[in-house]
Amino acid sequence: MNIVGGLRGIGKRVVNAVWRTGYGARFFVMTLRYSGMSFRRFRLTVREIFFSGVLSLIIILVAGMFVGMVLGLQGYETLKRYGSESALGSLVALSLVRELGPVLAALLFASRAGSAMTAEIGLMKATEQIDAMELMAVNPIARVVAPRFWAGVISMPLLAALFSAMGVFGGYVVGVVNIGVDEGSFWSQMQASVDFQHDILNGVIKSLVFGLAVTAIALFEGYDAPPTAEGVSGATTRTVVESSLAILMLDFILTAFMFQGA
Amino acid sequence: MSASLVELHDVNFAYDSRPILKGINMSFQKGKLIAIMGLSGCGKTTILRHIGGVLKPTKGYVKVDGQVIHELDPQGLYAMRRKMGMLFQFGALFTDMTVFDNVAFQMREHTDLPEEIIRDLVMMKLHAVGLYGTQELMPGELSGGMARRVALARTIALDPMLIMYDEPFAGLDPISLTVVGELIRRLNDALGATSIVVTHDVQESLKIVDYVYFVSNGAIIAEGSADDIRASGEAFVKQFVHGEMDGPIPFHYPGNDFNTDLGVHA
Repeated sequence: MNIVGGLRGIGKRVVNAVWRTGYGARFFVMTLRYSGMSFRRFRLTVREIFFSGVLSLIIILVAGMFVGMVLGLQGYETLKRYGSESALGSLVALSLVRELGPVLAALLFASRAGSAMTAEIGLMKATEQIDAMELMAVNPIARVVAPRFWAGVISMPLLAALFSAMGVFGGYVVGVVNIGVDEGSFWSQMQASVDFQHDILNGVIKSLVFGLAVTAIALFEGYDAPPTAEGVSGATTRTVVESSLAILMLDFILTAFMFQGA
Repeated sequence: MSASLVELHDVNFAYDSRPILKGINMSFQKGKLIAIMGLSGCGKTTILRHIGGVLKPTKGYVKVDGQVIHELDPQGLYAMRRKMGMLFQFGALFTDMTVFDNVAFQMREHTDLPEEIIRDLVMMKLHAVGLYGTQELMPGELSGGMARRVALARTIALDPMLIMYDEPFAGLDPISLTVVGELIRRLNDALGATSIVVTHDVQESLKIVDYVYFVSNGAIIAEGSADDIRASGEAFVKQFVHGEMDGPIPFHYPGNDFNTDLGVHA
């Protein structure tokens, strides 16, 4: 009897997981399908860019600065052993542009903006605002979900770029101003080793993909949240956990394609 | 006798295998204010959701303005919903918008009216519910009764032919209760609309409605005018209208016998 019960439990979980994946995929397709309004009435999207992008600026800039400073310190200590302190500029810039900028900015974006999106939509659902919109003959996917989705996709690469820029500045402050690495070689090595297409463009592509994944997860979790306090809090937690895992997993896949053999 | 705007014919509905509505037949005549009453969880709101086309009956049909609502395609359904208004239990105001933007929401979404005209219309709607002057406030700054009235102004923004109210009296103080009740009656008559009020507030609703349907366990158990309902001899209606503690709806939850569980034998 216990075995049957156990098997039934496993079966139920598998069916639920498959059902939820299908529902999520359908939700994503619907979001793309009803995206017209986000561009026709672009001010709806601009408003969401303010909430998810502009309001994330402080955390992104401060975090970027500190990560760059740590890179400067650690990089200098390691490079000094091989007498290559002058390569500090390349190390800081390449680490940030290729990896740390997109990944850390996306992780911070998921915690700051993704969780807020989930909670907002979950609460809109719990307080019947989504139902009210539907009954007013206004499609909530087009009016509420799609502008937030595109705002996330547009904001993410910009935030990652700012994160990297602040990181480079942090590395410069620690490496050049504080430790005394030669300023000329710091910048010239950086300029010589960072390739626009191979490094910067690939970094932008990564942040675009992360932005898409984080925003899609956050919106789906909010829309699918049970309309209760526990439901919304659980959905918010899931957004941060699932987004973080998705970012790290996608980062590995993208890195494998982009930088293999480079 | 005036024609029916909304008609429910043998409507059955079940969540999974749990039946919620069992063979509901209702007819809502144009220009009338009709109440659907019953205990919480008896299926009242489910009936409204069928009329709004949110749910589809497992058997039977719902006709609104001559069209079977669940046979409409998405465009047709949205076109039909533009002629309806629904007031949700706690107002469901958009919390990220001001009172003005809430009332203007449908006008901006569905019409190409210039902003000046929208402004005048919003002011008229707010004036109609007695809240002219609150347009710059956010929903969080309103009391429960005021929020309900703003939601009412938003519901009537496009002068709907059918207005549905889901528990409009829940959680209101006595003054707000009378104000909202009066507004429902007045707006129905002024707009020439048809109104359906889902409620369990007997005294307030019997004062304003033209006709009442009593629902229990997903089926209609009584119907008639307010006076018919007050005079009804049906045991459940009597218990409900007079708020009696015991009757067909028992005070005790149907569990095991209390004395047996305590080991006390009478």
